[in-house]
Amino acid sequence: MALKLTDLKTEVHNDWCPGCGDFGIEASLKMALTEMPVDINKVALFSGIGCSSKLVHFTNAFGIHTLHGRVLGYAQGAKLANPDLEVIAVGGDGDGLGIGVGHFVHAGRRNIDMAYIIHDNGVYGLTKGQASPTLQLGMQTKSLPEPNINSNINPIMLALASGFTFIARSYAYNTRHLKEMIKKAVAHKGFALIDALQPCPTYNDINTKEWYGGEDRIDPATKRPMPRTYDLESTGYNGRITADMSEDDVDKNLLQVIEKSREWGDKIPIGVFYQNETVPIYEERIRERSPNYLTEPPAKQQLAKNDGKSVVNLANLSKGLLFESLVLAQ
Amino acid sequence: MKWTAVSVHVPIVPRTNDVAAQSATTRLREAKTMSRAIVKVNDLSWMTGGPQGSGVDSSANIFAGACVLGGLWTFGLREYYSSIKGPHSYFEVRVNSDKIRSHVNNVDVLATFDAETLIRHADEVAPGGGILYDPTFSNIEIDKVDTIETPVVLRIKARLAKQGLPGTVTGILDESRKRGINLFPINYNDIIVKTAAQIGEHQLSKLSRIVNVLSVSASFAILGFDETYLNQSIERAFASKKKVVDMNEIGAKLAYEVARSQLKQPFPFQLHPIQNQPRLLLMGVESIALGKLVGGCRVQTYYPITPAADESEFLESHGNFDISGGNNASQKGSILVTQTEDEIAAITMATGAALTGARAATSTSGPGFSLMVEGLGWAGMNEVPLVITHYQRGGPATGQPTRHEQGDLKFILSAAHGEFPRIVLCSGDMEESFYDAIRIFNYAERFQMPSIHLIDKGLANNSMTIPPPNADLVPIQRGKLIEADHQGNGEAEPYRRFAFTQDGVSPRAVLGMPGYRFWNTGDEHDEMGHIEEDPDNRVKMMTKRMTKLETAAREIPEDEKFNFFRSSKKQADVTIVSWGSTKGPILDAMKLLEKDGIGVEFLQIRLVSPFPTGKVKQKLAGAKLVIGIEQNYSGQMAAVIAEKTMIDVKNKIVKFNGRPMSQDEIYQSVKQVISNPAQNRRVVLTHGA
Repeated sequence: MALKLTDLKTEVHNDWCPGCGDFGIEASLKMALTEMPVDINKVALFSGIGCSSKLVHFTNAFGIHTLHGRVLGYAQGAKLANPDLEVIAVGGDGDGLGIGVGHFVHAGRRNIDMAYIIHDNGVYGLTKGQASPTLQLGMQTKSLPEPNINSNINPIMLALASGFTFIARSYAYNTRHLKEMIKKAVAHKGFALIDALQPCPTYNDINTKEWYGGEDRIDPATKRPMPRTYDLESTGYNGRITADMSEDDVDKNLLQVIEKSREWGDKIPIGVFYQNETVPIYEERIRERSPNYLTEPPAKQQLAKNDGKSVVNLANLSKGLLFESLVLAQ
Repeated sequence: MKWTAVSVHVPIVPRTNDVAAQSATTRLREAKTMSRAIVKVNDLSWMTGGPQGSGVDSSANIFAGACVLGGLWTFGLREYYSSIKGPHSYFEVRVNSDKIRSHVNNVDVLATFDAETLIRHADEVAPGGGILYDPTFSNIEIDKVDTIETPVVLRIKARLAKQGLPGTVTGILDESRKRGINLFPINYNDIIVKTAAQIGEHQLSKLSRIVNVLSVSASFAILGFDETYLNQSIERAFASKKKVVDMNEIGAKLAYEVARSQLKQPFPFQLHPIQNQPRLLLMGVESIALGKLVGGCRVQTYYPITPAADESEFLESHGNFDISGGNNASQKGSILVTQTEDEIAAITMATGAALTGARAATSTSGPGFSLMVEGLGWAGMNEVPLVITHYQRGGPATGQPTRHEQGDLKFILSAAHGEFPRIVLCSGDMEESFYDAIRIFNYAERFQMPSIHLIDKGLANNSMTIPPPNADLVPIQRGKLIEADHQGNGEAEPYRRFAFTQDGVSPRAVLGMPGYRFWNTGDEHDEMGHIEEDPDNRVKMMTKRMTKLETAAREIPEDEKFNFFRSSKKQADVTIVSWGSTKGPILDAMKLLEKDGIGVEFLQIRLVSPFPTGKVKQKLAGAKLVIGIEQNYSGQMAAVIAEKTMIDVKNKIVKFNGRPMSQDEIYQSVKQVISNPAQNRRVVLTHGA
């Protein structure tokens, strides 16, 4: 029975501000889930703390709303203990790139087969609009007493440097595009990041829906706004690394990721910046050590026999520590 | 060089009980009066030391291994600096014909192969004992040994100066000789040269590492212990490296002869093999790791920290193991050990793993646990059966990373904001910690709360000979875990992860279970797991969670909450209350106190949360004299007892110099308190180098 959008609804009252970009991300995620060949019983959504992270309560799938900045720890732990789960993590930019940035970097090193969507709006919404790590230097959004004193993190470049094997960007109100990115991220074999740009109608009065939509830039010819985002693929861009590529070609590809990630302002690229499935996923690396890992992962191993006695053969396990007492010949 | 072909006569000495239980003072007196007669068979304290990284641990393990192969029992005290190469570490191995659980103050044989060990520890050797040393070091001046701290240098030089002795190794040797200690010069370099010639190795540097085994072998020569046991122990230690085995065995034989040739009469301490059952020789980190695997731990996360990391490394190196029964087609079990970027990731990953139904743990020490605290609160709020093995070390801050302390009890009991139930279980020795490592998972799952297994550095790093544990004694209990093959909850009502129940424990589904969808959140939540700020719900949900602590208190059997030991049937003169690895020296000291006619009771508290208030009250209320013994400054368990029972433990024996308590320290200080309790409200112990 095909999963319908209504199946993914919960009774929980949605308390996001009207016009919040979170709605677009929620809708895109739910559409993606209904269009993907996934068993919804195996889908586990994890979130951090912040407006965006309430998403799991509005979605009828296993939903684990964790700690600020720690979503990746919980999500990776669950995926490793049961690799059959389809784990998707979501969280804000402050969550993932501020307090949780250490985990972000190290998740790249592991390359666990899961997806991570960052709701990127440049502000800490739930604490009333402080600057987040993606807000640019000198910007003064609505509730900042002074302009932002810090430079911003470039999530695409940081993800590349950290070893992420799928790096994409999308825009919350381009739900068709975001949905496709989510489907690609979930299908990707490895750790996949989507930097989902979104307006915060309450606190970010600079990068608004109108700003992204280019309503201040009317095309003189068509008299229509010229949106600031554009689709990378429409320009012939291909960020895929394949096994048959030469080192030079790989280098070229990496450089174009960096180049594209630096575009901002009037031209903001969305789409897949980088995809590399030649890096073995962490699960495969574990299987090299424990051949039964994928078929008998930690969550699926029976620990005791029917009488409760442990299945472990302690005598064999402790052999290296056991000393027989030797009696020498008389 | 295989031992099996050897045919020698080794007398089998019957096991005796009395040799173990002589007081330190008696031992001293005997040693003085009978310095040329054999006074001690199978009752020995042996010490080796050297620069960190020079093989001190391996030589001590080879020594202890040989003793255990000879049927004897051992206890090993391991002391080391927070450093990798250079600074001084030492290892004291106590050997007996009966099970022993602690170290003693005096050293009977000090086996040195560097000047520093001799300089630092010569004064710990009891008269009648022996020192093995390298005579080429005689002229070394004490203040030229860089790695000895200035205060120690000044202390030793002052001691020698008072006796008119020079501040050199010779001064130390003269002092020792005057104190009636037997000196055994072993020219290690000579032996290494001869060994090199025998195996045809021209590069002497390749053989330099055998020096510690040479000192072990020379020790066994003076102790009259057949060299076959040493060879067997060497073969175990270097199993896969034949060349290393050969050079060690050849060198050992030469060293054995050199030492034996110096014996004009039998040395006052002797080791004789006895018949015995097979036993395990292990450290606490190893017994806990074994317990975890047997207890079903299948995910362990950790960030490197002393002294906890050894446990994770043991688990990783035993990551695939044999099983019988169970559902694994491979008939192999496996544990996933993941090193994380920090302790926050360690606790959150382990928690995520626990949500899938895997038994998951993380292992750390004080500084790491400090970082984990937010994750602890989340696990408490979401009723996750997470296990944390916490190895205490000297604090606060970096504190004394490699030294012993029991300073985290009150922190562990109250860590994280807000109120939530937790299990805190403290083990006292290697055997107990094996079983407790299984139990802690049972508690975590039965009562659905974060559960902390509280260990200390002494237990973690000291070694002990124990009988092989019986894993079947602690069956695995998974509480209200919903069976994996359930398809749907079979009811029209949706599954409620946090359903209100009589005992506070709700049926637990895991991620991925069809028909049992649930939500978790760090916010206060309703039965489904959705955020809920309604005041009535808050009261019900808080009450539900806290009720589980009462459930645990009711359901955990008494013998898992505390141990109560009595040294004799008669009225106890003193009741000791303690926890953690002080159990060993207290039990050993009780034997000495009993010899002196002192009736002792010992209440060892193991479960601190939920606290066995009623029983502790009952055991302490009528006691003649209660002494709290702990390895911290303030007496943290005494404070917990006061809080829970309103009983004031008036007399305390504490130690916080970073070194574990010895049997003799406890014996002497308990007597001191008994002699005048009012004048000895707080005795501070200081032994240890």
